[in-house]
Amino acid sequence: MTAALVEVRDLTVTFPAGDAPGTPGTGVRAVDGLSFTLAPGRALGIVGESGSGKSTVAAALLDLHRGTGARVEGTVRVDGLDVLTAPEPRLRRLRGGTAAMIFQDPLSSLDPYYAVGDQIAEVYRVHRPDASRRTARARAVAALDRVGIADAARRARARPHEFSGGMRQRALIAMALACAPRLMIADEPTTALDVTVQAQILDLLHDLRAETGMGLILVTHDLGVVAGGVDDVLVMRAGRAVEHGPVGEVLGAPRAPYTKDLLAAVPRIDAVRGGAGEPPAPPVPRTAPSAPSGPSGPVPGEVLLEATGLRREFGRRGSRTTAVQDVSLTVRAGETVGLVGESGSGKTTVGRMLVRLLDPTAGTLRYRGRDIGRLGERELRPLRGELQMVFQDPVSSLNPRRTIGESVADPLRAAGELDDAGIGRRARELLERVGLDPAWYHRYPHEFSGGQRQRVGIARALAPSPRLLICDEPVSALDVTTQAQVIALLGELRRELGLAMVFIAHDLAVVRAVSDRVAVMRAGRIVEEGPVDTVYDHPRHPYTQGLLAAVPVLDPRVAADRRALRGAAAQETRPPSLSAT
Amino acid sequence: MTGYVLRRAGGALIVLFLLSVLVYLLFYVAPGDPATLACGPRCNAEQIRQVREQLNLGEPLPTQYLHFLQGIVAGRDYSTGTGVLHCPAPCFGLSYRNDQPVTELLAARLPVTASLAFGAMVLWLLLGVGTGLLSALRRGGITERVLTVLTLAGTATPVFITGLLLLMIFCAALQWLPFPSYVPLSEDPEQWAWNLLLPWTTLALLESAKYARLTRSSTLETLAEDHIRTFRAYGVRERSVIGRHALRGALPPVIALNAVDLGTMFGGAMLTETLFGLPGLGQLLVQSVRTVDLPVVVAAVLGIGAAVVLANAVADVLYALADRRVALR
Repeated sequence: MTAALVEVRDLTVTFPAGDAPGTPGTGVRAVDGLSFTLAPGRALGIVGESGSGKSTVAAALLDLHRGTGARVEGTVRVDGLDVLTAPEPRLRRLRGGTAAMIFQDPLSSLDPYYAVGDQIAEVYRVHRPDASRRTARARAVAALDRVGIADAARRARARPHEFSGGMRQRALIAMALACAPRLMIADEPTTALDVTVQAQILDLLHDLRAETGMGLILVTHDLGVVAGGVDDVLVMRAGRAVEHGPVGEVLGAPRAPYTKDLLAAVPRIDAVRGGAGEPPAPPVPRTAPSAPSGPSGPVPGEVLLEATGLRREFGRRGSRTTAVQDVSLTVRAGETVGLVGESGSGKTTVGRMLVRLLDPTAGTLRYRGRDIGRLGERELRPLRGELQMVFQDPVSSLNPRRTIGESVADPLRAAGELDDAGIGRRARELLERVGLDPAWYHRYPHEFSGGQRQRVGIARALAPSPRLLICDEPVSALDVTTQAQVIALLGELRRELGLAMVFIAHDLAVVRAVSDRVAVMRAGRIVEEGPVDTVYDHPRHPYTQGLLAAVPVLDPRVAADRRALRGAAAQETRPPSLSAT
Repeated sequence: MTGYVLRRAGGALIVLFLLSVLVYLLFYVAPGDPATLACGPRCNAEQIRQVREQLNLGEPLPTQYLHFLQGIVAGRDYSTGTGVLHCPAPCFGLSYRNDQPVTELLAARLPVTASLAFGAMVLWLLLGVGTGLLSALRRGGITERVLTVLTLAGTATPVFITGLLLLMIFCAALQWLPFPSYVPLSEDPEQWAWNLLLPWTTLALLESAKYARLTRSSTLETLAEDHIRTFRAYGVRERSVIGRHALRGALPPVIALNAVDLGTMFGGAMLTETLFGLPGLGQLLVQSVRTVDLPVVVAAVLGIGAAVVLANAVADVLYALADRRVALR
């Protein structure tokens, strides 16, 4: 049967190499001889790490590479149309009409200047030229209603910036639905979203598929996202298919070594510590240097940092918002405290207050018994070295115009204890300690990968010999395998140097893998705190329970069960269905 | 929004007040005796004394300044020796040269400058935005190259050279256009436009390269944004993608810059007005400076200042209206 909805044969996409215009025939081969088919109504997940070519494949299905200078070879058939050779008008009918695409970043994927409903109506009228403006608008409202936008008729007149991230992604799905396509292509549709919103969007995609019978191609880096949402999985690496098969087989019993590595690197939320390749130190007993076993509590060791009733407000009179209130947190020597929460929960603000990068509006902050919440900059300076921070984005937190060695040497120079030769020697030691070649001292950040740059960031934080390291989303910009390596490095450092850590992240599984204790934040407050296993296995607060239930799991059957549970809970709020035209 | 406009207006008033103090001081404290200047070269000592009394020049400076402010707000009376001349608000004093109220002098010149500024604006927008769009969308085309060179040359050449060249070519050599002289719009719109065409072109050539650059970079930036990709991926025609979405995103900075430039034009067109013999504000200012007609100079500088301040405020409001994400506070 040639009734395949999508048929890709020997697809090769080559981007012209930017730096070498004089060398013909060279270029970056993003996709290399890829073939797959998708039957109508089925769902395929394309999984891979950054640079694997998965998004390039998605774009090729609509020939979005046309006119960009990329060389696309092979054949792509979507609903019988030879996409790569189709004339422009025919291709336009395919785009949005037969196959609709939704994108990763819902913030920038809609035009900021027009009302959301108008943008959907515009697309509808492109594909139904005989439809009146009124019909198109009504259709847009119906589509918004279907994807769960409350009060759709009124919200259709709002502009994208008046929507939350989840609502924008729903609006984009509504745009895709507007013309009742046979295929939906979702390119990292939930990567920019919080975990609870991600679960809602994935459930929505699943329901829509069941309802309209459309096919789905779901492109993602997250194996958990794929587990719950597709029938088949295609694992990509460096432009090639590594493994292709039913989702249960690929995730349950992978054959390719790469898939095995990938799965091993995914931090498990349900597993005991050790998902991250190498176990990052058992919680007890701790090798806290010369610290006698404490009389009580799971972790022996002196109290390093104690925050009580921290509060932080932003903005001037009138438009004042409280980002953090009544947050109390204790960090003991050698212990790792996880701080989890969704975006906007105030976890980064807390982290910055702990090292006095931000001044608390109220509350006390004690470091080894000394009140440092109100210290002036001059008195604080000797303590700065003991409290260090590792930032989320290794690209923007390193000065691109300084070599990595200089960046690591900066805190040493600021401390002023070593001479130039000593600083250079120590900086090279630090680079080596975090797994970088000391000979790279004179290289610049752009020459390194994301994981390597984060290693530089860690080396810089280690330079002043800190006792406490605040890591703010240190691995969220990294691929899973790199993420596992960086987590393992942090665990090693913690063991060897007896470091205390506050580990801030939105990813519940990562936090479980590294923390002894965990605090869950929501809307500026800590809603639950306790030993990590207790909080994860027996969450008491409903919010924590909801968060944990929303985390994607790798077992497709468990994922289906969980979706059914969530669906039952939300049954009464489901809007009326949008009939497929 | 209303609150924002009110706050901006308040800020603008403060700037204008400071400017008025500065300008007042600058001219009245400057060397040269105002009474002698006002009276003219053939006055004797007695006449000068009389003038000094009429102008209250014996009073301390702050008092004089307060009278000046009072004149602007409420009007002022001047004794002319034979009777009393009432100068209604806003009164900026009487011209030294012919005792006419300065406000009347300025009001007579305003339509000329406004005609020049708005007309030139239309031209520079057409030329600048058009060139910018062409170079963003069809880079390397022959039209785009010619226009880019033209606008760059226009910016690089001083106004008096461009203006003179245009005059020599189109008025003297080819005789296609009349030597410019101002015909009021209300009298004869066609003659008004024909006469102003060369001054407009001169100014437009000066300004358009800036707009070409801004439009080009702003359009390219918008075209690279994700939402453009969205509409392409939904089969929207390239024409609509550019016309509806890319242009819409590229225009706010152009609008804002344009408002500022228009304000500057009210004071900055001195050279052009003088060159083409147009009786506008700029020409009046030049003449008054030359004859040390202090009240006129003070009023003209204040008027130009007001135009610039107002234009900046309008630019901010327009930008916010064009891009609703910009919060006005």
